Amino acid sequence: MRDVVAEFKRPVMLYSIGKDSSVLLHLAIKAFYPAKIPFPLLHVDTTWKFREMISFRDATASRLGLDLIVHVNKDGSARGINPIKSGSALHTQVMKTDALKQALDLHGFDAAFGGARRDEERSRAKERILSFRSAGHVWDPRNQRPELWSLFNTRVREGETMRVFAMSNWTELEVWEYIMIEKIPVVPLYFAKRRPIVHRNGAMIMVDDERLPLNCDETPEMRMIRFRTLGCYPLSGAIESDATTIEDIVAEMQTATVSERQGRLIDTDEAASMEKKKREGYF
Amino acid sequence: MFTKPTMEPVPARTKDQLRFITCGSVDDGKSTLIGRLLHDSKMIYRDQIMALERDSIKYGSTGDNIDFALLVDGLEAEREQGITIDVAYRFFTTPRRSFMVADTPGHEQYTRNMATGASQAQLAIILIDARKGVMVQTRRHSFICALLGIRHIVLAVNKIDLVAYDKECFDRIARDYMAFAAGLGFTSIVAIPISARYGDNVVDRSACANWYRGPCLLEYLESIDIQSGTASQAFRFPVQWVNRPNPDFRGYAGTVASGRISAGDEIIVATSGRTTRVKRIVTHGGDLVGAEAGDAVTITLEDEIDIGRGDILSRPDDQPKVADLFAAYVIWMDEEPLAPGRNYILRIGSQTISGSITDIRHRIDVNTCEHLAAGMVSLNEIAFCNVATTMPAVFDAYDVNRKTGSFIFIDRYTNRTAGAGMIAFPLRQTANIARQALSVDRRERAALKNQKPCVIWFTGLSGAGKSAIANLVDQKLFARSRHTMLLDGDNLRHGLSADLGFSEADRVENIRRVGEVAKLMADSGLIVICSFISPTRAERDRVRILVGKEEFIEVFVDTPIEECARRDPKGLYSKAKSGNIKNFTGIDACYEAPETPDIHLRTMEQTLEHSAKAVLDVLIARSLLDG
Repeated sequence: MRDVVAEFKRPVMLYSIGKDSSVLLHLAIKAFYPAKIPFPLLHVDTTWKFREMISFRDATASRLGLDLIVHVNKDGSARGINPIKSGSALHTQVMKTDALKQALDLHGFDAAFGGARRDEERSRAKERILSFRSAGHVWDPRNQRPELWSLFNTRVREGETMRVFAMSNWTELEVWEYIMIEKIPVVPLYFAKRRPIVHRNGAMIMVDDERLPLNCDETPEMRMIRFRTLGCYPLSGAIESDATTIEDIVAEMQTATVSERQGRLIDTDEAASMEKKKREGYF
Repeated sequence: MFTKPTMEPVPARTKDQLRFITCGSVDDGKSTLIGRLLHDSKMIYRDQIMALERDSIKYGSTGDNIDFALLVDGLEAEREQGITIDVAYRFFTTPRRSFMVADTPGHEQYTRNMATGASQAQLAIILIDARKGVMVQTRRHSFICALLGIRHIVLAVNKIDLVAYDKECFDRIARDYMAFAAGLGFTSIVAIPISARYGDNVVDRSACANWYRGPCLLEYLESIDIQSGTASQAFRFPVQWVNRPNPDFRGYAGTVASGRISAGDEIIVATSGRTTRVKRIVTHGGDLVGAEAGDAVTITLEDEIDIGRGDILSRPDDQPKVADLFAAYVIWMDEEPLAPGRNYILRIGSQTISGSITDIRHRIDVNTCEHLAAGMVSLNEIAFCNVATTMPAVFDAYDVNRKTGSFIFIDRYTNRTAGAGMIAFPLRQTANIARQALSVDRRERAALKNQKPCVIWFTGLSGAGKSAIANLVDQKLFARSRHTMLLDGDNLRHGLSADLGFSEADRVENIRRVGEVAKLMADSGLIVICSFISPTRAERDRVRILVGKEEFIEVFVDTPIEECARRDPKGLYSKAKSGNIKNFTGIDACYEAPETPDIHLRTMEQTLEHSAKAVLDVLIARSLLDG
């Protein structure tokens, strides 16, 4: 992180409010202490995040005195793009991918920290720690730089940018163990609680607000659930769980039999979907 | 002792992570082994197994069994799409240790990919197909592992089921390998008979190979002591970032690369030689009493001295090297070959410095470990080179410290990472280093002889007339009471270089020795006259750098090859033409004429006497000789 701050003109941290972002933020605070974090945080808001995520974000920003930029793709919202009517693919493209590119261009950021990890998904296993994006934010898998030792090539030309995955070599379990040891605050949605849900496409979707249209045969039921990953609420599948503390979560992780990405509906749209999204500029 | 580090080295994460690389081609069952490790250590989730069962029926090569290779492959398919995959990293955890596996596809790009994976690894699993034994690729993989500083090897003799769990076969392969690897400097080599497909000795003990008494693979990986002892090494703290939140605080942030430090300890900045003491070791969780290898901390100092990003803090009694010329192993990773003289950006730790290769000492054939002469280094090739930097670099030898001894080349124009280097030793250390000071220096030695030392270097084809001119110059200088020495093939080849032949590599080495001897003689105050074909610019440039360009005079004895062959004073041309001499410059080996020699003698146009006088005139013009 300090290398990136020393070598780039205008870095930013992409803050998604999830557990990985919480850890990344914590690492940044530690890396630059006693100075403040020398870059802003950027949250790309699709306007469909869980309400608890937004309140957690705002509370965190004010508690830590962060320079937080919230970006919404105004054009997308004006056109009424949403995850329910437009489908998850278009929604993700417009409100996340396009929005992210807009925000990076708008502020002229040349390096963006993200919390993605190599263990998340097969196509991430070969991702670089410093992932090079040519002008227009294009990720060309053929044009990535070999990374030896901890020596990073931070050279970019005007218009080119770098995504920096500082937590590439962490695993999900390690993230939780670290949260436990360092007592890092995370969104309450990670802890089990009775919440209203409906079943859709084999996943449990939480009814977070009145925008989720219910089919006539659907009635929200209260279940003891929590989330392993967080995103737009209509696209995030919950799991049944009794884990109400971080210790419970770590214990649950150690015996987990299903991967964390199973709860993410955006992955199942089409085969190799992550790979495709990345080429288009998704984180 | 020390308070537990609470910074970036996360207690949970580093609880003891073993990073290893697997080497072998697809046919050796590498992917199957990784898949098996992940599966048997329960790191594969149910949804992934279900997908795997589906895929196994569709694409698998193992009949009804699950094909574990499909778990990790994907690499192959991507290769067909033309995507360059260098390394994929996989993770698994057992109750005793966490693991990071670097998996590299073992095809054309093997050297570059393997080097990338190996640079992160502490241990290598080298796979051998029990039916095939130690092969060329086994040697190649072992050599690259050794070069990249891996000290622990597991020799996984796979497909032991296909040789009917034969103990003899396993013993023979292990013996062959030990014999070959003896010279590679590994600390430990353990051979294990396994079957990745059926799981024998991977996680669970094999019932079939019951003669094997050693540990299973996973058991061994969990228990091997890889504490490389970085905490007990010399203290190195490369400064990443200067932390100046307000005028009252100035701290130096970085990660301790090796060794340990405590508040109050004396430190030195290698480049400037300035010393001071550590005042505080600052972290977010509070000040620490001490910090050791792996800890990310911010250090404040007693005195305000000039320190910036790229500086290395160490203890005064055990400092890193500071030099602007050093020897290094280089692995080339770019389509565009490494050319001597071309300028690259070098990233050495947190230092960013301009530099170039002044000389390719030799290229190394990764299959045979043979040394070959080379004018350039192409993609996936490895060479031993001299590297010059425009500013002094701070480093350690790579085999002493991987963190401070490694560097990368960045192409100035494309910004690509073009190569990687491992520093072997410094060639020209710079000022502030406490060097063994000689009580009589070279100036004084020269003054005693009342002359200015220099190296006059004659280059040109065989038979061009170098020796004749050099001899005459020597005589003329002697007549002026100058102290001289003449070096040529005859007086070196019979003694100092008697062990060398005429292969490219040996010729390069011969010229290196000549250069070193010439320098010593010049240091003693002599005017040194050298007469050698020295066909490549790179080797002459190397001598020029070694001697210093003010005192190096390159004399190009320019005679057309037809004329040389006609003169043929030693009868060598006729032998070369008839094929009796190989590698003869001008016939089947190339001569690179100097582009801007200090003196250009055209022997077809001037007499011997004129040529010798021209050399003396230049010495006078350059104030190396009184007129």
